[in-house]
Amino acid sequence: MRAAQSTEGAPAIELREVVKRYGAEGLGPVSLAVPAARTVALIGPSGAGKSTLLRLVLGLVAPDRGEVRLRGAPLRPEDHAARRRLGYVVQGGGLFPHLTAGGNAALVARHLRWPEARVAARLGELAALTRFPAEALARFPHELSGGQAQRVSLMRALFLEPEVLLLDEPLGALDPITRADLQADLREIFASLGKTVLLVTHDLAEAVFFAHELVLLRDGRVLQRGSLDALVRTPADPFVARFVHAQRALGLPAGAAP
Amino acid sequence: MGAALAGALALAATGGSLTVGSKQFGESLVLGELAVELARDVGVPAEHRAALGGTRVVWEALVRGDVDLYPEYTGTVARELLGGAVPAGDPAALRAALAARGVGMTRSLGFEDTYALGMRRARAAELGISRVSDLARSPRLRLGFTNEFMDRGDGWPALRARYRLPQRDVRGLEHEVAYTALAAGEIDVTDLYSTDPEIRRHDLVVLEDDLHAFPPYDAVYLYRLDLERRAPAALEAIRRLEGRIDAAAMIALNARAELDGVAPARVASEFLRATLGVAAAPEEEGRTARVLRRTREHVALVAVALLAAIALAVPLGVVAARRPGVGRVVLAAVGVVQTVPSLALLVMMIPLLGIGARPAVAALFLYGLLPIVRNTHAGLTGIPLELRESAAALGLPPGARLRLVELPLATPAILAGVKTSAVIAVGTATLGALVGAGGYGQPILAGVRLASVPLILEGAIPAALLALAAQALFDLAERWLVPRGLRRARAAGAIR
Repeated sequence: MRAAQSTEGAPAIELREVVKRYGAEGLGPVSLAVPAARTVALIGPSGAGKSTLLRLVLGLVAPDRGEVRLRGAPLRPEDHAARRRLGYVVQGGGLFPHLTAGGNAALVARHLRWPEARVAARLGELAALTRFPAEALARFPHELSGGQAQRVSLMRALFLEPEVLLLDEPLGALDPITRADLQADLREIFASLGKTVLLVTHDLAEAVFFAHELVLLRDGRVLQRGSLDALVRTPADPFVARFVHAQRALGLPAGAAP
Repeated sequence: MGAALAGALALAATGGSLTVGSKQFGESLVLGELAVELARDVGVPAEHRAALGGTRVVWEALVRGDVDLYPEYTGTVARELLGGAVPAGDPAALRAALAARGVGMTRSLGFEDTYALGMRRARAAELGISRVSDLARSPRLRLGFTNEFMDRGDGWPALRARYRLPQRDVRGLEHEVAYTALAAGEIDVTDLYSTDPEIRRHDLVVLEDDLHAFPPYDAVYLYRLDLERRAPAALEAIRRLEGRIDAAAMIALNARAELDGVAPARVASEFLRATLGVAAAPEEEGRTARVLRRTREHVALVAVALLAAIALAVPLGVVAARRPGVGRVVLAAVGVVQTVPSLALLVMMIPLLGIGARPAVAALFLYGLLPIVRNTHAGLTGIPLELRESAAALGLPPGARLRLVELPLATPAILAGVKTSAVIAVGTATLGALVGAGGYGQPILAGVRLASVPLILEGAIPAALLALAAQALFDLAERWLVPRGLRRARAAGAIR
């Protein structure tokens, strides 16, 4: 499964010569294709443009130049239906405090007027998949633990069965134990659903743990793309070697290397 | 609440009825009541829009047809209403000029109530002042005039020009306050009306207008000429007062109303019974009925204005939050409205909306906008970026985002804005009495006029209670309008 390279049709996500400027800083030009059913991790130091890239894919910001394609079709910024084919999880969960856990997860489905029975069934499925206690669905976000909130955020992202999952530092705000639990669960979920996943993290170990491929960004450009092995053995740039070594010095979990 | 508005509109339009206006002082009120009771005596339903805020307000109301008739003085007609083009001593010329505006004028009621300047007797004797021209010798005198007198064409500007008066210390005061200030020695000279009972009471000297700066001020009624067609019987009945009230009689009536605190309606009916044999029974309201009626009026003003303000201000706040450029313009505009003094705003509404509830509701509506627009804007822009982006990333269209996420999250801020607007409106609505909108302002203004603390309290206490009730109502509203999760999270201190 992990080795299976999708060969069919267009990439799930493709950025073509995308540029987005914020004053002197910014992203691009970047071209990047994410094949279907693969997990790709965007890594790099703070300010490298990882989150900007994710937000461009989501259409939350519009590119100055270039275009983003979803399954080969250009993504227009106000195409709300297209966005529903993408599931998004942010650091901290981004849950709406006025809705219960279940209300958060099912918000868009209810907006699309799914029958309540279907909503309830889907909630049950997702609670089981994400190992979220079903009785906590009626709780409000401030009554959930950090790990639970992240699981709800994942349920919300998965609710409409999106083709692509976009995760921005999904484990960033969690304590080490919760983090380890959720890491294992997430990898299992990615594997069982076979979805295309684009993950942003500043943590090399986490990236290696989840992803088939790493994309190292610096100053808004892609420095290198490949496995950890490739990054270690044939760094495309002195910075790649420095970044990898600095993080490896902290120690990668055993058996994490692909 | 709609009924109060509709009622006010209907009354102005109905034929065969009479709406009498009067200004903010006892004599005008008594003369207004006399007209009302005479009309009722001949079976014409009559209503008194009492104590409207000044000559311009009542005159505009007459020209617009909100009021059919009100007591006025020929000098004021000539100088203030007709701009000095016609001599006040020529009734035929005045009538001709008024007729061009669709207004008629009765003959003199029998007395003159001229503007005059007054001083305490001792102070005048000490400075050797007995005529207005003597004032020029004492440039350091402190003058305190009613605000209307300060600005009117036939008031202080004319007087200062005519007598070349050098005084610099000239301030504007309420008429009743001016008497108190004069008695206390805070000011030396004030304007007064020659039929004021206070002249005798405070033992004042009326300075001789030796250069005749003031025109004659014969008391008359001004009325809409169409009244001759619509309610001839009422007009004829009111004309019976022509030549029937001499200065001594008017001073006595004013003393009853202003010094003894007898209700103008009762003063009027006593006079009618004694002089014309008219058995007019004034409609007297008990205190409870009075307070209840004013509460209805006041609540209606506030509720209609507030609902309208919410209906416009929330969408404006949403637009302002969505488009920062538009937002700055919108916030600046509603902010500017707030800087217009409430009385000025009320008076500015009269040419457009007449008198009664409409101008008051319009003014309260405009004042209500700022807190709601600002809080809606702040509530929406204060939503954390990650929540706004989460909603957008979910693929909810902007309308659904607003309805399902943004407005619920902004509810506490919006409600706080509405609450502020409501409390401001309850207070400001007391000024509605100046344009005939009724409410708690009536006893407050009458209390100020008569220096009567009990009367002021009769308006001020219910107004304060209403403000508290509004607060409590919105605290309750918060319970069912603010989403439960948000309320609990706030209570738990999890979010701001």
